[in-house]
Amino acid sequence: MDKKYVKKEMQVKALENGTVIDHIPANKLFKVVEILQLEQISNEVTIGNNLASKRMGTKGIIKVANRFFESKEINRIALIAPNAKINIIRDYQVTEKRIITLPDHFKGIVKCVNPKCITNNEVMEPRYNVISKSPLVLKCPYCEREIREEELQLL
Amino acid sequence: MSGLKYDFMSYPSLVSIADYSKEQMLHILELAAGFESNPNQNILQGKVAATLFFEPSTRTRLSFETAINRLGGRVIGFSDAATSSSTKGETLRDTIKMVSNYADIIIMRHFLEGAARYATEVTDIPIINAGDGANQHPTQTMLDLYSIQKTQGRLDNLKVVMVGDLKYGRTVHSLLMALKYFSPVFYFIAPEELLMPNEYKLICRENNIPYYENSNFEPEIIEQADILYMTRIQRERFTDLVEYEKVKNVYILHNHMLDKSKNNLRILHPLPRVNEISQDVDDNPKAYYFEQARNGLYVRQAIISHALGLV
Repeated sequence: MDKKYVKKEMQVKALENGTVIDHIPANKLFKVVEILQLEQISNEVTIGNNLASKRMGTKGIIKVANRFFESKEINRIALIAPNAKINIIRDYQVTEKRIITLPDHFKGIVKCVNPKCITNNEVMEPRYNVISKSPLVLKCPYCEREIREEELQLL
Repeated sequence: MSGLKYDFMSYPSLVSIADYSKEQMLHILELAAGFESNPNQNILQGKVAATLFFEPSTRTRLSFETAINRLGGRVIGFSDAATSSSTKGETLRDTIKMVSNYADIIIMRHFLEGAARYATEVTDIPIINAGDGANQHPTQTMLDLYSIQKTQGRLDNLKVVMVGDLKYGRTVHSLLMALKYFSPVFYFIAPEELLMPNEYKLICRENNIPYYENSNFEPEIIEQADILYMTRIQRERFTDLVEYEKVKNVYILHNHMLDKSKNNLRILHPLPRVNEISQDVDDNPKAYYFEQARNGLYVRQAIISHALGLV
């Protein structure tokens, strides 16, 4: 058997139609699953983690059959997996590659760092304005506190 | 609503001083001057205002309630969370929704930061923020601005000296945000541990506003000032109590320090004061802190009437 074929077989089973999210940091894979709410869909989902990656050392990969995510949905993972690659597959071919971009405003995902913020004390979904993408600075529109990348705490 | 900027007319609430543009601030100040010359009017007749004080603040609450009463409105509410259903575990959302059934406007103080902004998202009636934790207290800023304009005859090109706790003091931060439109020169006088945060110095630089920092509170600085804004240095702000002991008596204003000050100088303080302004200053005509508090009445009359679309 061809060596190349063996590698492919082990790492990524071919998807006929759907979305492949590749190059997810291995320690963020299950967070991505959660943010995209994959546990709630009935489509066939294949998850691989701690796979060998030349670039990242180890990585995670998610394949969702017959589901084509909107950019808006996928962008929700920008905070935790900004370098993930999105491939849209149709009839075993990559028909579209997408890059992830952090939106200007988003809901959920992150916990406000201020313990006295209303979002940490009331049953409600926090939301943020992205003040700067690089370096990352978010602003909670409720308590007006700015949150830097090194302070990020995921919900 | 996703951003921090809102259209003035469709967003009558006042949560943060940043909700007002320069023009909007000037409009409120003009309305306040009208209320000062005629504070007893019936324009709130038939209106009910709710003052929801989840955290007690007698001074602020009385000022708001007087403003409403003098305009012929009626007041409902509570002055302490202990007498509200939040002690039974009711969410803020439910309290605001319930009160919205009864009142035309809500004036609220809360110990949690962002509480007032959240309240605007769960009701259609206007919310006036009377303080949310250490975050915002915009009616205080508007009364500071009114006091400055009234005593100086203008807001532009003033030398403003801010003294004391410039790190945690929300009043000085908000005042800086309001004065940034009026080409001020700032002097920040504070101990090392309580310096003006970088984000506010950055705002000065972005707006070409000169500022000077000094940890010594000297008469030479006071001599240049048009406005001397004093704040309280709180012991609980210090990680090192030795530091507190060193600075606690350094940032105190005594009457003799005003000997060479300008005639138009006025001393402001958000009150309550402890010892940072010595009592011998009170009789100096440049002491303005008690009149400053009274100005809060007219400014709050203006803000409430404006929020209800009555002026």
